Amino acid sequence: MDAYIQGIIILTGINLLAVLGLSVLTGFTGLFSFGHAGFMAIGAYVGAIFSSKLGLPFAAAIVAAAAGAGAVSVLIGRLTLKLKGDYFCIATLGFGEAIRLILNNWKWAGGARGWDNLPASVTIWNVLIVDAIAVVLVWNLLNSRHGRNMVAVREEELAAQMAGVNVFRYKMIALFVSAALAGMAGAFMGHYMTYITPKLFNMVKSTDLTIIVIFGGLGSVSGSILGTLLLTALPEIFRAFSQWRLVFYGLAVIVIMVGRPQGLIGGMELTPAGIRKIAAERRAKSALAAAAKAAEQGGEE
Amino acid sequence: MSAILEIRGLTKRFGGLAAVNDVSFDVREGGISGLIGPNGAGKTTIFNLVTGVYKVTAGTISFAGRPIADLEPYKIAAAGITRTFQNIRLFKNLSAFDNVLTACHTGAKYGLAESMLRLPRYWREEKALRAKADELLGIMGLADRRDVTANNLPYGLQRRLEITRALALGPKLLLLDEPAAGMNPDETEQLMRLIGKIRDDFRLSVLVIEHHMDLIMGVCEHIHVLNFGCTLADGSPGDVANDPKVVEAYLGSEEGKKSC
Repeated sequence: MDAYIQGIIILTGINLLAVLGLSVLTGFTGLFSFGHAGFMAIGAYVGAIFSSKLGLPFAAAIVAAAAGAGAVSVLIGRLTLKLKGDYFCIATLGFGEAIRLILNNWKWAGGARGWDNLPASVTIWNVLIVDAIAVVLVWNLLNSRHGRNMVAVREEELAAQMAGVNVFRYKMIALFVSAALAGMAGAFMGHYMTYITPKLFNMVKSTDLTIIVIFGGLGSVSGSILGTLLLTALPEIFRAFSQWRLVFYGLAVIVIMVGRPQGLIGGMELTPAGIRKIAAERRAKSALAAAAKAAEQGGEE
Repeated sequence: MSAILEIRGLTKRFGGLAAVNDVSFDVREGGISGLIGPNGAGKTTIFNLVTGVYKVTAGTISFAGRPIADLEPYKIAAAGITRTFQNIRLFKNLSAFDNVLTACHTGAKYGLAESMLRLPRYWREEKALRAKADELLGIMGLADRRDVTANNLPYGLQRRLEITRALALGPKLLLLDEPAAGMNPDETEQLMRLIGKIRDDFRLSVLVIEHHMDLIMGVCEHIHVLNFGCTLADGSPGDVANDPKVVEAYLGSEEGKKSC
């Protein structure tokens, strides 16, 4: 396969890991984050320590990256998840920047110049296999009582509490899952490019991830996948237009947000069961409308 | 009859304002009790205190003999107290079925790993939850609206769905916050029958806040009246309706408002 195409597929696959995690947090649990590049950075550096410094295999580096980012997310979550929506968002923004600045000044890990000569362990196959596993596990988690509890927190936090949902616990689970996946994505990124610098994980990276989740549609795994495919590929397709491509990228996002505020396929899933469900909802809605009309004509229901 | 909920000396202050001031009353096991009073009397505050949304300033709340005032809201819900809201709070973008199914979660024990790996217990318990959600929708007359998004339901059915969702937890005590708000007399009458039926079918106790006097007088066996956060009267519907202080609170007196 063409190395260029392969590169795009690998980058898309790496992005997908991070987006999938953020989809659990933002799309399903309703918490916005502008600091997930921070978790990617933690994963990238932990992964680098395991493979470069300790000489352990790539698989171990990936697991360590996920565990490291997940562990930090538990600390951050304890401090910030009791905050109301907007304040949590600001806290994540501060967290992401703090991580970047700490790494900038961490001489042992290369400081602002970064860390190079990482083993080039990433292949198109290990990315796609990890993607597939992650999609299945996240899908299964979301389609269970645990996933429903997360959605309940997003929909109506107080009612979720009154329905016996431990809101803090489910926010924490969502944050942990999203951080672990972002950490994994960071480690893949490092071992694909063979170097990492703190600058790779700035706020623009964080907002990119959030934009993809919103663009694809909140509350939809298939939406997040579709969003990742389109928004990672779009800048490449428009590469011929050089610097104009980012304008096209921005325009595409604006057009979608104005035309379809719920995102490409917000709240729906492109699976046989998901489509049946949409059809059932449509039928129920039109039956309801017909009944209302009949009641109006007949005087009484 | 013994008391399922005992409230003693309950007080809640917001800054200098005592929203609830030294209130004591019981909800009898298997009974339907009413909590009434003019706007701002502290009725919903008491619901928020009982369900753990607000922290109690002073006083005790015991449920089935166990103090609950310091518990987290989700633990109080799991212990058997559920509620509906004055302004309906459904999971708006979910279908009626999913609203009820979500609340059924306490009936399953499978963990995170079991759900991610789809182990046998997941399938077994998930099947039971779905059957239970469908059964509840059937009992509450919502089976034909199963797939309607909650937001698209007519107002009266949204109220009914909210009660169904509360029942999904298998509560021992159901708190209803103005269930008849915005309903016409026909719908109110239906609701009265429904509340009685729920109490009998699900063998639970009910505490209801309401302004519709016909509903309160028709369905409650015991009424507690609040005014400005204080107890004004407590007794059977007949006693309360004839209490001069209650009449004064609702209709006013010539001397103007009196505080307690």
